[in-house]
Amino acid sequence: MSAVMETMMNDKPAPAAPTTVAAPASAATPAPAVKKMKTAKRTLPFAGWFMKVLPPLTGLAFLVLVWQIVAAKTGNFPTPLVTLQEAIKLFSDPFYRTGPNDQGIGWNVLASLQRVAIGFGLAALVGIPLGFMIGRVRFLSGMFGPIISLLKPVSPLAWLPIGLLVFKSANPAAIWSIFICSIWPMIINTAVGVQRVPQDYMNVARVLNLSEWKILTKILFPSVLPYMLTGVRLAIGTAWLVIVAAEMLTGGVGIGFWVWDEWNNLNVPHIIIAIVVIGVVGLILEQLLVALAKAFTYEEVSS
Amino acid sequence: MQRNDLTLNKAQGIQMDMHNKFIDINDVEMVFHTKKGSFHALRDINLTVQKGEFITLIGHSGCGKSTLLNLIAGLLKPSDGLLLCANREIAGPSPERSVVFQNHSLLPWLTCYENIFLGVERVFGATENRIQLRDRTRAALALVGLTAAESKRPNEISGGMKQRVGIARALAMEPKVLLMDEPFGALDALTRAHLQDELLKIVAKTQSTVVMVTHDVDEAVLLSDRIVMMTNGPAATIGEILEVKLARPRERVALAQDAQYSEYRTAVLEFLYRKQAHPAKEAA
Repeated sequence: MSAVMETMMNDKPAPAAPTTVAAPASAATPAPAVKKMKTAKRTLPFAGWFMKVLPPLTGLAFLVLVWQIVAAKTGNFPTPLVTLQEAIKLFSDPFYRTGPNDQGIGWNVLASLQRVAIGFGLAALVGIPLGFMIGRVRFLSGMFGPIISLLKPVSPLAWLPIGLLVFKSANPAAIWSIFICSIWPMIINTAVGVQRVPQDYMNVARVLNLSEWKILTKILFPSVLPYMLTGVRLAIGTAWLVIVAAEMLTGGVGIGFWVWDEWNNLNVPHIIIAIVVIGVVGLILEQLLVALAKAFTYEEVSS
Repeated sequence: MQRNDLTLNKAQGIQMDMHNKFIDINDVEMVFHTKKGSFHALRDINLTVQKGEFITLIGHSGCGKSTLLNLIAGLLKPSDGLLLCANREIAGPSPERSVVFQNHSLLPWLTCYENIFLGVERVFGATENRIQLRDRTRAALALVGLTAAESKRPNEISGGMKQRVGIARALAMEPKVLLMDEPFGALDALTRAHLQDELLKIVAKTQSTVVMVTHDVDEAVLLSDRIVMMTNGPAATIGEILEVKLARPRERVALAQDAQYSEYRTAVLEFLYRKQAHPAKEAA
């Protein structure tokens, strides 16, 4: 009985590959099954990794399969193989430069990232302190609340003409739309974070009679940090969405422009490659910030 | 013997009336104004606490005992009446009336050492050098037996240890009054007993004045010089005050057999369950 129990218990942490083979055997002869379980347990690190990798790979394979079928049926859509060949050609020289409108995909991605970095950095510089003030001072929260509510749902691209008008140039205008779309999540999340600082911590600050500076550095900032990083993560996500659209409109160098340019050339494989590249870069940015957020999240006080 | 004590107390009382009223609470009323209307939490509170005295506030939940503690701490301002500590009006929170919070309220991003140091630095930073501040912090950790855990973060230690760090933080500031809001309420019975014993030793050593909120009858009798029993809210007030004249040092196991101990215990139970039956029961 206890052996059976043990198998059942072992079954849970080891849903690994060998178990699928062992399952029918365990029903017939329990004793050897226990042995097999033990070997499965020993190979667990590999098996666990395998189970982690298998589903995403299956998903990707499914996607490629659907793509292949669609491409074969329609005719004017490139097959995965053609796209892959194009991609190899493209990535063999990502940093060539033959003219202002003909540069390698590496340059285009870097140009987009640079715009995002500048617009996003400026937004953090303005948005985070503003969020702190709005969170701390009720008057400011009442003052800025309606403005933020009104402007937040506006597509950042609607601000592009204003940027063009003010800066009289495409590049700053694109950065301007990034700035606009990044600043809202940063302000709102920082302000919410400040308002949600546990009353207990503020009571500690009051009993210890801490100075405003100490309150800011030792209590407010560390407890707001996770909220702030959530805001930053949301902001970078939208910023990366918006830059592609903004560059389609402004032209020059950049992954968004590149997509539009390749559409004008009717080079569909390149468009598909660009979609994948945009996705991968967005994913990397997101993961970087998730890792950053994890490093600064503390266990909440539980009573 | 007992009568002698009493007369002595009285004589001292007349002689050092000023000093005896270390904490002086006069006709305090507390009304909370909320969106749903005003709530009369406390009425007509009069209490004096002597220097070095251990007072517990006991009562059913919602009777405003924590409110009274927060008033003494200065975290709340009374709607009416006056609170004095060492003949000065309590105008706000101050490190001289340090608080041990129910849920320890340690800052999770600081180590145990840093949590205590934060308070030490604030109180003594202007007058003492770095080494003295460090020694004070270390001494506080040693007092609660947590020297080994000084560089651990609160999430790496147990609930009882967190509460001890909270006590160390409060004591390290050398407060005139130690205010404790159900400090052991969230702990299991064994840990609670252990910390009560430790608290008894620490208070005997530091001669601190303590006001402690509790809902545990045994805890109240074991620790207190006087037990302040509060009536049910709303508009709660002090119902009775029981003087606990058990000799110190008090020992938990010996007291379990003590007739006097049981008498005090019964008196508190009587008040809580006969005279002030639980508000939930009344409503039902």
